[in-house]
Amino acid sequence: MSTLKVAVNPADHIQGDEHAGFTLVEYGDYECPHCGHAYPIVKLIQKHFGKRLRFVFRNFPLNESHPHAESAAESAEFAGAHGKFWEMHDRLLENQDRLSDDLYLELAQELQLAPADLQRALEERKYRARVRADFTGGVRSGVNGTPTFFINGQRHDGPFEYEDLEGAIEDALV
Amino acid sequence: MAEILIPGTPAPEFTLHVTPDQSLSLSELRGKPVILAFYPADWSPVCGDQMGLYNEILPEFQKYRAELLGISVDGVWCHEAFAKDRHLHFPLLADFEPKGAVAQMYGVYRKSDGVCERALFVIDKNGVITWSYVSPIAVNPGADGILQALEDLPK
Repeated sequence: MSTLKVAVNPADHIQGDEHAGFTLVEYGDYECPHCGHAYPIVKLIQKHFGKRLRFVFRNFPLNESHPHAESAAESAEFAGAHGKFWEMHDRLLENQDRLSDDLYLELAQELQLAPADLQRALEERKYRARVRADFTGGVRSGVNGTPTFFINGQRHDGPFEYEDLEGAIEDALV
Repeated sequence: MAEILIPGTPAPEFTLHVTPDQSLSLSELRGKPVILAFYPADWSPVCGDQMGLYNEILPEFQKYRAELLGISVDGVWCHEAFAKDRHLHFPLLADFEPKGAVAQMYGVYRKSDGVCERALFVIDKNGVITWSYVSPIAVNPGADGILQALEDLPK
């Protein structure tokens, strides 16, 4: 059974209370259609479990198959460095069929972040190391595609429709 | 079914087609660690399927100078199309004729389905198996076990 090798830590993007009984970690890729499919499901899961669940998103761009995955991840990290990670994360997944530098700059504008700064960060690959660190940690933890979920540190194998995730999280309670 | 070969066993030698006109023998890679990844079939439908995932992780394997070989019973032309479609940067070997012979030597052939198990081997630079693992056929095992096995090789 594969387990999360990098514990949730303050450098992570976290939604929810640190004392929550459940931690759901997703390794995801903004260009992956399965991650796009999981996005509203995770929102429903968060709503259902409320304060009992915290959610963590880590980057796992599959660059060989998704040419925009890395730049999208770096754009989200840029937004994160300015306190707007989740706003960017959501918008990228909501617009995953039109990922491009134009979209990132448009979203930066919308989030009142400086598009010119984002452009420079992308050119300089400022957040590449951060994205790589997530990826490497994911590989070490047995991430086997995107999305890969870990529930309280254990990899969730199998489907990830709402009922599957809800059931797996409930099971982690006992 | 035969049992999967266990650590300490010398890795059986084989020669398989890697392209329509090229073959590769395991012994050619002596001196470096080798990862053998047996898998059921090309064209698995998910993003980041096992071979696609390993393709992304190649730089991690290369840190250990390890060579990765994918092996299935698919033929060379099928492998070629699959590798091209997924931009794979490592060889896929065709365990095609006699079908599954190499998988059988390693104890990882599913006779009932006529495909390889989802099985992983790490072979050290002297050609000895140091780690082996069979995953449930529907579960992509990821690469954590491989990386741990490479880490555990004597430096």
